[in-house]
Amino acid sequence: MTPETKPAPKTAAMFVGILALAGTIVPPAIFMVQSIAAGTDGSAALSLDTVKATMLVSAVAWFAAAPFWMKMDG
Amino acid sequence: MSDLSHDVEELEQAVSSEYERQRVPEKALKGPAAFWGMYAGEHTAGTEFMIGPLFVKWGADAFSLVVGLLLGNLLAVLTWRYLTAPIACSERLTLYYKLEKIAGSQLVKIYNLANGLLFCFLAGSMITVSATAVGPFFPPGTIEMPTFQSTLPTGPAWIISCIVIGTAMTLVALKGYGVVAQVGHYAAPWMFLVFVACALVTLGRLGTADLWSLLTPPEGTPQTISFLGIVCFSWFCNAAMHIGMADLSVLRFARKPSAGWASSSGMFLGHYVAWICAALLLIYWVRRHGVDPQVGKDPGTMVNDAVGWAGLVCVIVAGWTTANPTIYRAGLAFQAMIPGISRVAATILAGGLCIAAGIFPAFAMNLLDFVGIYGTILAPVGGIIVVDHFFADRFGIPRDPAERSGSGFNASVLIAWLVPVAVGMWLYKTQGVFASYLPLPCAIACGLIYMVLSKMAAREAAAVQA
Repeated sequence: MTPETKPAPKTAAMFVGILALAGTIVPPAIFMVQSIAAGTDGSAALSLDTVKATMLVSAVAWFAAAPFWMKMDG
Repeated sequence: MSDLSHDVEELEQAVSSEYERQRVPEKALKGPAAFWGMYAGEHTAGTEFMIGPLFVKWGADAFSLVVGLLLGNLLAVLTWRYLTAPIACSERLTLYYKLEKIAGSQLVKIYNLANGLLFCFLAGSMITVSATAVGPFFPPGTIEMPTFQSTLPTGPAWIISCIVIGTAMTLVALKGYGVVAQVGHYAAPWMFLVFVACALVTLGRLGTADLWSLLTPPEGTPQTISFLGIVCFSWFCNAAMHIGMADLSVLRFARKPSAGWASSSGMFLGHYVAWICAALLLIYWVRRHGVDPQVGKDPGTMVNDAVGWAGLVCVIVAGWTTANPTIYRAGLAFQAMIPGISRVAATILAGGLCIAAGIFPAFAMNLLDFVGIYGTILAPVGGIIVVDHFFADRFGIPRDPAERSGSGFNASVLIAWLVPVAVGMWLYKTQGVFASYLPLPCAIACGLIYMVLSKMAAREAAAVQA
């Protein structure tokens, strides 16, 4: 492992963290765009329940990953 | 990001425990990155979920919210950058130690007591906000949620929620500052995105991205906060930190005063984007469910409705990560005030007061007034420090007078502090002046009175010596 190479667990934790942040913000953004495009008569393809579930899983993933990769610096 | 988090954590721990009675040495100085992360985390708190909806209750218009908040937060950042940070980087002392040099150790204890009590009420508001997130986990009606009009506890279940959350916060505060700072910084980027997610879902449900029209209150809505009110609120909601100089304790670690710009991360993410996102939550309930904005809806219910359990976790964590350091600091203030009391006992005392304040929703529901009062009481001592730092030599008054004379109690400081605060509180109570208008005039008046009294004392001392 060269000095520039990050340890694999840290890289994995960072990857999970970034995915978790994406899972927190992307579904609500899609929900908003689809809901506005669908107007008052239609409904968004991505349901609000799916948005909520994705955000909850992302929250768990974020709190699982963030301490792990922060500890790597300590 | 990981290096930044590590820097932030290190800075938080240093702020709370290191170099309390000495200048920060060169080796302990930190670059700007840690300050950007710390300010962003500190100012995305549970109370942001209250402040946005309270603007809606007060009938704030779109221009005031979009432009007024921008201007007020910009003024706050400029105050940090051009007033607090230069003094911090020159003196490199905590507020408490600098104040002790000017006011004397006995008078600093009085300041500490005021600070500790106000911290307890602030942390109490955070407990209230966090407790609203407990309700949606139980069947509807189990815990009656407070509204904007609630002043007393809403029932036994509410009291138990506050006690459980407040006790958990106090127990963690007993462990010290490090654990809380760590969790706070793990949570910060995620919490900010949850605020934005709430807004995105709300815009989707309202079927429009026209933020301006959504933020415009319906015809006939009474407007009890003006553009100037919004500007002053956002400028002075942290008055104790910038003009009040409490952030000397943080910025004394900065290599250069330019670290003061880091406050913009907290102001524009937490006090601009997050407040507007939180306001949108209540706007949805007003428009879709016919909720009276004067009555409002508790943050827990609104956030759960918008983004589910992730939002509830955010409300609890956002309240917890900011209430914990507040309880810890209040404990330290009480420890300094009460001789012989241990840190554990002082923190438990502070936690008990915070829980008592949290049980009564009156503090959280009147947060717009409370933060103004908080600034009015604590910010004026900043005026004294400004005079001591910038004007003492020019006006022929001694710098750090209590330290020079060995006095434990500088009466000039007490008078200069209490007179403007008393006048300010009188204006607030009897004349109905908005509390956020008061911190700046009180701080200026305090500085001027201190200058005059110190000049008179210096002349008297010179006459006695002659």
